[in-house]
Amino acid sequence: MDLFLKILAAVPVTLFVTLVSFAIGALLALPLAAGRRAPYAIVRVLSKAVIDILRGIPPVVFIFILFFGVGSSVIRWDPVVASIMGLGLISAGHLAEIYRGGLLAVPAGQFEASSALGLGRATIFANVIGPQAFRVAIPGMVTWLISLLKDSSIVSTIGVVEIMFVTNQAARSTGEGLLPFVIAGAVYIAIGSPLAALSRWLEKKLSFGRRG
Amino acid sequence: MELLSDWLEWSPRLLSGLWVSVQVTALSLLVGIPLGLGLALLSSVKSRVVRILTMIFIEVGRGMPAIVMLQMVYFGLPEFNIVLDSFTATVVALSLTTSAYTSEIIRAGLRAVPDGEIEAADALGIKRLDVMRFIVVPQGFRIALPTLMGFAILILQVSSLAFTLGLPELLSQAYSVGASTFHYLEVLTLAGLMYLVITVPGGWLVENFEKRLSRHLS
Repeated sequence: MDLFLKILAAVPVTLFVTLVSFAIGALLALPLAAGRRAPYAIVRVLSKAVIDILRGIPPVVFIFILFFGVGSSVIRWDPVVASIMGLGLISAGHLAEIYRGGLLAVPAGQFEASSALGLGRATIFANVIGPQAFRVAIPGMVTWLISLLKDSSIVSTIGVVEIMFVTNQAARSTGEGLLPFVIAGAVYIAIGSPLAALSRWLEKKLSFGRRG
Repeated sequence: MELLSDWLEWSPRLLSGLWVSVQVTALSLLVGIPLGLGLALLSSVKSRVVRILTMIFIEVGRGMPAIVMLQMVYFGLPEFNIVLDSFTATVVALSLTTSAYTSEIIRAGLRAVPDGEIEAADALGIKRLDVMRFIVVPQGFRIALPTLMGFAILILQVSSLAFTLGLPELLSQAYSVGASTFHYLEVLTLAGLMYLVITVPGGWLVENFEKRLSRHLS
């Protein structure tokens, strides 16, 4: 019981790291997704390269580069800040691709029709294309949020006191090898499952009326 | 220039780490994907109990962070007198994770095989097991292949978490070079590049393959 409460007490830190990184990623992904559709080839190539790098380096390696690498030679930072930066950047790469999928799902006719009506580019994106693309992207975004929740467990390796860190400590100090990890796993599943159900529900609901 | 000579000096050590990463990844896929196929088939059997147990296994395997699975196998199993070295523990844990994830991928592939083919095979009097073996599974696998390849790239990335078990894979090697030279940024960046050399072209390959498989649709 004591063990359970100890692990439970670390849940807010996990949620904080997850949600803040997600928010940062969701914002940074906007220019990246836009870059993928820019009129200049060089911008498109650069955006694609940035996305590939963010998605291609294992999250724990990326966080090590930021925390130990950049942290030892450029600026010294707090593990929580480094974690949020790292997971936020990785999220930006993944969410940019999810946004792109949403944008691709909006029929070209919508764009042509709004141009024909004389709407400006900004208005078209904010009021016509954006909302439709977003609708398609939402289930993917929730799925990424679940991944991120699980990925946040790796920041225990740089000393952030979240679920996994506390679990590790408990496993070492109590000599109970298995139980702490079973509890931690259960806690992650308990947080992730409702999100997974939400994603499935949204997918059904939002795809309604989109066919044909 | 100094960076390049440093990189050259560290390369052998990092490459030996990368080789360990590739080995655990390949073995985990080799064990995990057949297990995943087994789970996919079990999740559609008649017996409700088997189905529910299979679903629970899959949900737990997918819902648990890979690092929890790794540490549970490595630090938890000794309680039952099962002591695995870090290499074996990594392969066991990643195989379990792989089986849970790929079962869903394969299940989707199997479902995508048109019902008409199964009905036609039934009508021809082909035995149920043979229908699975010769008609549904090969086609389902083909449909699932691009997603499975994408997953394989992901597992290589996940293998970096075996660092926490002390497995001398790429990240471990880079980190210990960093710890002894204090050139963390340089050596970790080189490790990152080594991962990219596999993951980025791998991603292109998957994309290309997906396009080829869906060519008839456009």
